[in-house]
Amino acid sequence: MSDCRCKDKDVNIVCRCEDITLEEIREYIKNGVTDLEQLKRLLRVGMGPCQGRTCIPLIVREIAAYAGKPVEEIPLTTFRPPTVPVKLGVLAAGGEKDD
Amino acid sequence: MRQTEICIIGGGPAGLTAALKAAALGAEVTLVDRNDYLGGQLIKQTHRFFGSKEQRASERGISIAKELADAVESNKKINVLKKATALGYYKDGVLLVEQDEKIIKIKPKKLIVATGGAEKTLLFPNNDLPGIYGAGAVQTLVNVFGVKPGNKVLMVGAGNIGVIVSYQLLQAGVEVAAIIEAAPQIGSYWVHASKVVRAGVPIYTRHTIKRAWGDTEVEGATIVELDDNWQPIEGSEKDLDVDVICLSVGLSPLTELLWQAGCQMKYVPELGGHVPLRNENLETTVPGIYTAGDAAGIEEASAAMMEGALAGINAAHSLGYDAPDLNKQKEKILMELTGLRSGPVGEKIRRGLAKVTC
Ligand SMILES: Cc1cc2nc3c(=O)[nH]c(=O)nc-3n(C[C@H](O)[C@H](O)[C@H](O)COP(=O)(O)OP(=O)(O)OC[C@H]3O[C@@H](n4cnc5c(N)ncnc54)[C@H](O)[C@@H]3O)c2cc1C
Ligand code: FES
Repeated sequence: MSDCRCKDKDVNIVCRCEDITLEEIREYIKNGVTDLEQLKRLLRVGMGPCQGRTCIPLIVREIAAYAGKPVEEIPLTTFRPPTVPVKLGVLAAGGEKDD
Repeated sequence: MRQTEICIIGGGPAGLTAALKAAALGAEVTLVDRNDYLGGQLIKQTHRFFGSKEQRASERGISIAKELADAVESNKKINVLKKATALGYYKDGVLLVEQDEKIIKIKPKKLIVATGGAEKTLLFPNNDLPGIYGAGAVQTLVNVFGVKPGNKVLMVGAGNIGVIVSYQLLQAGVEVAAIIEAAPQIGSYWVHASKVVRAGVPIYTRHTIKRAWGDTEVEGATIVELDDNWQPIEGSEKDLDVDVICLSVGLSPLTELLWQAGCQMKYVPELGGHVPLRNENLETTVPGIYTAGDAAGIEEASAAMMEGALAGINAAHSLGYDAPDLNKQKEKILMELTGLRSGPVGEKIRRGLAKVTC
């Protein structure tokens, strides 16, 4: 088999948009930051190009496991537009003529 | 501001069917999809469908998609906006859409959210190495663009999608080292599983991925057996030389617009995640907003089409459109849906739906 050096190196990426690892998330949770909203503000998780579609379910599971609660009891953050990143210029240009 | 009677977000099987049914009753429809083609997930499905004849079994997903898309694009009652992404839905009932770097505001009388699902991912060491894909991405590469993702694949997840994508990889000349599944049984139908097993691909149940390795890209993966409590059994590790790891661990419903609209949501694992509460007409708790297909709960294309049909009929009917056989049409679809969801295969879906249908 491969003798690749990184075979024993552990990088568990939770939020690939913002490059946040499982170890970082666990550290914050252990230090009392068990609220998704706060984690988001501190680490930018869920604020990348995918808007959290990839990472939020994973983070919610971590919070739930730590709290010993079922996933449905973990509050999510408010869903705000836009659903995907959009260029400021596009927004600034506004809508159609009669808007 | 554009006005429309019914706006449908998502041009997959659910959205397309909803548009056709609503238009057939006389409603004027605007259909919005972020892709430059219509058909949603279906256009990647080159395999023959499972299910009964009535539900278009043995037809290929891509042919169904084409048929629906052609019917929608040639229907004068339906205005299609492609490459158009719904960015937000605001309290005053205005939908914000971006098309070709331009903002469009739409004020629909009724809204149908048929946005489908997004792929789930897994946590394991080195899960950020190039060569690790979602099954949907692999299917798009192989079936839509004709590009091989690599030479040798480990498939994680033995549900229908994992098994079908494995078979399609084999057909494309890509080796599949193994399919692993954490549960004690595979989730896929046997017809598909036996095809890959006959082709020599081992399926390991009660196995998960322990880590991926490689310097700058995937060079291999270590898999491990799980005990009755889903815990790794020490010493049962196996190393596989693969250059692609394909994750097929389910989808979760894409529901941002429903959240923004203030629909009541509930976490239902059987349906893939948070889904909107709805009544028998597929109307959410916000009057005038309907949902159908994978966005309402991850299921399959046949169910998506039937739900789309129902949502389309109901939205149009609520605007005053009618047909002499309207109730018969609805009953027929409801009966087909019940049939589709009957038996042991539909058990999970029935349990999930019971939690959100009010
Ligand atoms: C590999 C694989 C094999 C499958 N095999 C079968 C099978 O054999 N039989 C079967 O019945 N089912 C099968 N399915 C399942 C089936 O494909 C899905 O259940 C079905 O496509 C769901 O339909 P939908 O219309 O709800 O969503 P989708 O097909 O996902 O369509 C949703 C559409 O909404 C668009 N959209 C999303 N958000 C926005 C937005 N904000 N703005 C604009 N547009 C948006 C997307 O671009 C997409 O086109 C398979 C799925 C996969 C992945
Ligand atoms: S993975 Fe976290 S925002 Fe995309």
